[in-house]
Amino acid sequence: MTGFLQNTFNGLVSGAFYALLALGLAVIFGMLRVVNFAHGAFYMLGAFGAYVLLTEAGVPFWAALVIMPVGLGLLGMALERAFIHRLTRLDPLYNFLLTFGLTLILQDLVKLRYGVQSSPYATPSALSGTVDFGIFDFPAYRVFILGFALAVCVGVWWVLTRTRIGMVVRAATERPELTRAFGIDVGRWVTPVFGFGIGLAGLAGVLAAPMRAVNPLMGADLIIVVFAVVVIGGLGSIFGSVAAGFGIGLVQAWGEAYLSAFPIVSQTIVFIVMAVVLLWRPAGLFGREEAPA
Amino acid sequence: MLRIENLSAWYGEAQVLREVSLDVGAGEVVTLVGRNGAGKSTLLRCVMGLHAGQRGTVELDGRDVGKLPAHRRARLGLGWVPDDRGSYATLSVTENLTLPPTVGPDPWSLERVYEAFPALYERRESAATMLSGGEQQMLALARVLRMGARLLLCDEPTEGLSPLLVQQVGDLLREAKKHGVTVLLVEQNLHFATGVADRHYLLAEGRVVEAMENSEVRSRERELLSYLGI
Repeated sequence: MTGFLQNTFNGLVSGAFYALLALGLAVIFGMLRVVNFAHGAFYMLGAFGAYVLLTEAGVPFWAALVIMPVGLGLLGMALERAFIHRLTRLDPLYNFLLTFGLTLILQDLVKLRYGVQSSPYATPSALSGTVDFGIFDFPAYRVFILGFALAVCVGVWWVLTRTRIGMVVRAATERPELTRAFGIDVGRWVTPVFGFGIGLAGLAGVLAAPMRAVNPLMGADLIIVVFAVVVIGGLGSIFGSVAAGFGIGLVQAWGEAYLSAFPIVSQTIVFIVMAVVLLWRPAGLFGREEAPA
Repeated sequence: MLRIENLSAWYGEAQVLREVSLDVGAGEVVTLVGRNGAGKSTLLRCVMGLHAGQRGTVELDGRDVGKLPAHRRARLGLGWVPDDRGSYATLSVTENLTLPPTVGPDPWSLERVYEAFPALYERRESAATMLSGGEQQMLALARVLRMGARLLLCDEPTEGLSPLLVQQVGDLLREAKKHGVTVLLVEQNLHFATGVADRHYLLAEGRVVEAMENSEVRSRERELLSYLGI
């Protein structure tokens, strides 16, 4: 029983990363119809930025948790204005290639300076202990990640469903042309929404730094699963991406714990789930079929 | 209020409007009638700024708006009532109503809208696409009245509605007209058109072929109906 609870908790913690990354991808896809292949690279930059800030400038984790998402969000906005924006009228494949190329460039720039080995990042001292849950202990830092990620997801959901900004973003996501006809400058919202999605990836990266190995390829390894998460939840569905993120975290953790005798299954379980979901619901669990334009 | 001169429009290679000129005075209700494919909806889309391939002049209150994007035109007082009713599935009924900013001098308050449409009030928290077709049409009209739009562009607002609902749409447009709202209406239902409108333009193959008064439409109703293929 204790083992099961620990596996479940670990699954939710990995799920928290999937959810934050998938949420950013979903927001970006909804508004821009761009599948941001560079999302994993921004996650990596978040972690690496926190590492560089700490080792080169002594900036602590808590400051990095603010600086990196904001900084990367601004970088994302600049990239959207400079490149992505110019390609949105063309076939989506162009932005796919652009963001894929961006990923390779960002990864190699980091490799050039820091190599491919992993760099250690110390857990912030306030969260270095464990939390006693009665029947088992759990690292305080992981408890923090789970709580923090949940709070961010709930916060984003609140903004999207309860505020005027959220209403405009939903309307522009669902029917951009109609929304323009109602006096709303949809184009003005595209850049900040892209920056926001990138900021979420950066945030996930900073959170990952003390827990995962900080190296130039950390995002590339993770993003493949995140794409599966987004597809399972339904491309562009905010709720779907978060729910599928946590769900896939759980499935993976349980798979590794209880199907370890069948490594083929436990290593590919995410994609097995994706295939089954797509056969059953082609638009994903919470996705809607594209409305005719 | 609205003046269109030599407006041509294309879908790719195909020309759908050929040098159309017409005008709509302030407070007038004017319909565009014509067969399917005559270019009526395209004309409305050109006025709204939603059609890319066009040439010619579109003037609003004497100001050339031909280069303005759709959202700027909406802010000058254009109210868009699309043929598919334009309901958002991800917005509640109330959000559908309050999404557009108010743009005119005399916007309806939300309370007034809900007083006039109790059915919408009852389902104000529902997704707009869960409403019946008639309710969605009322929502589309209520939305532009809440904006305070001065010129409504309505694309077949009575299509697929029961006679009772058609009458309600008519009452609503007459009420709007009484408050000085101008309406450009695409309409196939001639009986409805003569009931709400002052004048009519007959479009055929992308051209205005006739401008008619109500009396003329009534006296030639049989001929027009057979021409329209209804």
